[in-house]
Amino acid sequence: MKIRAQIAMVLNLDKCIGCHTCSVTCKNVWTSREGMEYAWFNNVETKPGIGYPKDWENQDRWNGGWRRRHNGTIEPRIGSKWRILSHIFANPDLPEIDDYYEPFTFDYAHLQTAPEGRTMPTARPRSLISGERMDKIVWGPNWEEILGGAFADRAQDHNFEGVQKEIYGAFENTFMMYLPRLCEHCLNPACAAVCPSGAIYKREEDGIVLIDQDKCRGWRMCVSGCPYKKIYYNWSSGKSEKCIFCYPRIEAGQPTVCSETCVGRIRYLGVMLYDADRIAEAASVADDGDLYQAQLDLFLDPFDPAVQAQARADGIADAWLEAARRSPVWKMAMDWKIAFPLHPEYRTLPMVWYVPPLSPVQAAATRGDLGLVNGIPDVNALRIPVEYLANLLTAGRTAPITMALRRMLAMRAYMRARTVDGVVVGSIAEAVGLSGPDIEDMYQLMAIANYEDRFVIPTAHRETGEDSFQTRGSCGFSFGEGCSGRTGFSLFDAKNPKTTRTRNPMEVV
Amino acid sequence: MSPYLNDVLYGWYPYFCLTVFLLGSLLRFDASQYTWRTGSSQLLRRRQLVWGSNLFHVGILVIFGGHLVGLLTPVAVFEFLGISHTFKQVLAMAVGGIAGIGCFAGITLLVHRRLFDARIRNNSSWGDIIILLMLYGQLSLGLLTIIVSAHHLDGGEMVKFMGWAQGIVTLHPGVSALIQDVSPIFKLHLFLGMTIFLVFPFTRLVHVWSAPVWYLGRTGFQVVRRRPLLHPALPVKGD
Repeated sequence: MKIRAQIAMVLNLDKCIGCHTCSVTCKNVWTSREGMEYAWFNNVETKPGIGYPKDWENQDRWNGGWRRRHNGTIEPRIGSKWRILSHIFANPDLPEIDDYYEPFTFDYAHLQTAPEGRTMPTARPRSLISGERMDKIVWGPNWEEILGGAFADRAQDHNFEGVQKEIYGAFENTFMMYLPRLCEHCLNPACAAVCPSGAIYKREEDGIVLIDQDKCRGWRMCVSGCPYKKIYYNWSSGKSEKCIFCYPRIEAGQPTVCSETCVGRIRYLGVMLYDADRIAEAASVADDGDLYQAQLDLFLDPFDPAVQAQARADGIADAWLEAARRSPVWKMAMDWKIAFPLHPEYRTLPMVWYVPPLSPVQAAATRGDLGLVNGIPDVNALRIPVEYLANLLTAGRTAPITMALRRMLAMRAYMRARTVDGVVVGSIAEAVGLSGPDIEDMYQLMAIANYEDRFVIPTAHRETGEDSFQTRGSCGFSFGEGCSGRTGFSLFDAKNPKTTRTRNPMEVV
Repeated sequence: MSPYLNDVLYGWYPYFCLTVFLLGSLLRFDASQYTWRTGSSQLLRRRQLVWGSNLFHVGILVIFGGHLVGLLTPVAVFEFLGISHTFKQVLAMAVGGIAGIGCFAGITLLVHRRLFDARIRNNSSWGDIIILLMLYGQLSLGLLTIIVSAHHLDGGEMVKFMGWAQGIVTLHPGVSALIQDVSPIFKLHLFLGMTIFLVFPFTRLVHVWSAPVWYLGRTGFQVVRRRPLLHPALPVKGD
């Protein structure tokens, strides 16, 4: 057993209002640069929909993630190392920028410089890539917002697999939900596996997956390898970039920008302990549907003294173990089982999890029947089909989703009884396998969602990771080119002000 | 061509180019790794790239390998192996010709794409365009030399170039005299070839240095960057 810690995230989709504050604040901080205009480290999709980039969930088309071989081991779906290298001159699995959208601006200056005319001047769109005028903007980062477009288009959503989707085209049966997406900082990242340069790595101390901008050579395999399409090729710099989980903030104990600014308070950040020795085993279980459980089994109980002892031996600080015991992610994923990984069938063991959304009770008004079971609406009567959520979050297994939705409904019923009727109905909690105090904890974390409950982030222990005396006078965070002189050898007989460089050793597992 | 000019261009210019090539590459790698990349434009336009890039790269790798082995292998080795100059000449023309034609088709697609596709053109630096045109010109000259060589099937000209290249890398600038009288096509081909080495460190060509063959030797798939193990804290005096 080798214990590592990761800062994981949970998004409570039940409370997401689709305001895009996360996306916009993220963009303003990280991707408002040439070459990255089209890239959204965080974006919010309306589901059902084909998403961004188009059809990203269709791995028959994009070949992202991992595939289980007949011998029980896994390999990247884009191919073995030989096959990846043979495609290095032209990558058959790479989306074109139009699959995201062609970034554009408008000719605003024309509004001021236009001569007098019979009609009002307009600012027409102009491509940021070719610099040419665009007749028409045909796709954008959020083209399907709130069911924009025809049902036939959004019905291409891959999560409809195995669902009788035709009936959801009828206006009365329409459903929608928001899905904010960012890099999953997977335990088994396919992007790192397919990078021929070895530029992508997962940090041992907090699990954040990063691209070394100096080592990246632009072979662009990571874009294909990532099934979530959350690695973006910067067409200006020729390097790939991705969500960095705001690691400069995380190291300081602050939440990511998307989490900090979320007005709906839907995001949670907390420590999870996992057994790094069993990653390969968990990622290669035979049945896709078992992957959710396999990942749960990887997580280690922070209250278990044996786990604590081993964690200390593996170099995890006590502050992190304390944070792991207070982790909101642990509570939602493990205690209450209401949070789920996004598309576990990709076998990447993602670490950004989602609480499925409740939805209005189907056809309630017309039937005059709320479909109540013991005073709680029947989960199967909810407008969003459980099968759809299961395809999104549990590789098709509906039982865990049903239980999670029942628990969330039970929380509402229990708290309504307590605060409106003034009675504590313990049977509501027991019916879903929880206790009254459990429900109250859930309510505190999910409904009240105080800042200090949502974000339990221990500060990084850089003093154990590096000798800060050696890094004095260095440049800190930068977008490439900031820390030149990587070889430590100077052609110009200059003394290197950094006395010694400690190279980060790479460990290949 | 006067013997003096011949000596300057084929005796001394190679050393200038090789020096800039090696030191320039090292300097750029040391000072500016952020600029060290392939510069792929596949994201912007897939059309023409799949055929163009594959044909170009495979072709040019075969040609480069052929030049390397063909020029730098000592003549004695071929004689020891019993490979006649005529056979080697014909083999070089055949393999180089096939690879060259494939490469030519590929680079034609790439040049067309780079110059006439607004997306690519707008995002090309002068360096991107110039190096591509230099390679285009060099490849065209190389294909023309096949026609010239067809008149020298005895391999005599080829042996001159082997002697020249081996003389240059063994630090004998005087070998320029060997190729004093070869066809101007060859001379242009050599000059442009050396010039490509000269500009190499200042263009996207540096990605050649980083060809990720080591990937095949990487065991497993996961990459984890570990915390470096520091020295245990030094004991404080008086402890």
